[in-house]
Amino acid sequence: RKNVEDFTGPRERSDLGFVTFDITADILNGKNGLQTFCNENTLSIFDWNVKQLFLYLSAEYSTKNNALNQVVLWDKIMLRGDNPRLSLKDMKSKYFFFDDGNGLKGNRNITLTLSWNVVPNAGILPLVTGSGHVSVPFPDTYETTKSY
Amino acid sequence: RRCAGSAGPERGSRGGIAMDLFGDLRRMNKRQLYYQVLNFAMIVSSALMIWKGLIVVTGSESPIVVVLSGSMEPAFHRGDLLFLTNFHDDPIRAGEIVVFKVEGRDIPIVHRVIKVHEKGNGNIKFLTKGDNNEVDDRGLYKEGQNWLEKKDVVGRARGFLPYVGMVTIIMNDYPKFKYALLAVMGAYVLLKRES
Repeated sequence: RKNVEDFTGPRERSDLGFVTFDITADILNGKNGLQTFCNENTLSIFDWNVKQLFLYLSAEYSTKNNALNQVVLWDKIMLRGDNPRLSLKDMKSKYFFFDDGNGLKGNRNITLTLSWNVVPNAGILPLVTGSGHVSVPFPDTYETTKSY
Repeated sequence: RRCAGSAGPERGSRGGIAMDLFGDLRRMNKRQLYYQVLNFAMIVSSALMIWKGLIVVTGSESPIVVVLSGSMEPAFHRGDLLFLTNFHDDPIRAGEIVVFKVEGRDIPIVHRVIKVHEKGNGNIKFLTKGDNNEVDDRGLYKEGQNWLEKKDVVGRARGFLPYVGMVTIIMNDYPKFKYALLAVMGAYVLLKRES
């Protein structure tokens, strides 16, 4: 993690975090919470009214400056017909992980969660959070070498 | 109740339907005309009441919006209809689809929230980006503006219907179509008879 000028917008110096991650997920239709059939068709979230899923990995944490921060690090569009099982390794974040301030240094508790927006063919647009999340601590010092 | 005009055997004479319409119009007396106008006014008032009701119930100044650009494809396309709510206590969270207006501009933009920074006192600032865009929306905001705030939000997208909003876009792009539609509606309402 480094402390650089946030070149994507505000011109103050902010912490910029670098995270690499693996994602393994099975996006199932957890409507009832119970899966009584061990059948590909019933388990998949892609029923007749699901056009696509917009998946995103967000980092949530607290800093001295802000009680709650959420930054989307990575996203992916999964269309009907794509494999609902994800197994991604060694991914780098798609978007720059800038904090609003210097709150990443020494921050022990950054929670990464995978969520998705269900886009129907017509109807309600729910946001679902996947179960399971990972906590990532950031080190106490800045890096001076390029890590990407 | 006696109808003032006849609905019967005069049809079929020369000129057909157009002549009949004009005939009806001439035969309508003042009372009937007022009645028709009042009927029309009631329909318009009811529609307005329903719209205002929706504004109150959803908390959004514009509870139904039409998607104007392709920046949220493949989820939403130009012409799709979005249903919004804007409850005061609903927090703004990453991943939500919000409709916002940039200060000084009239056009609402439908994009997704990708960054949220909320202070303990409830003060929120957030950043948005269209799914189909490479970069975030800072280029769309006002000069020097880096974040959006709650006051810029028109509503959060809760539901959607595809294609239905195309009618509004066509009426906007082809005003002649809009006038033609209004003329037809007006003629229908004024000449419609309850016999």
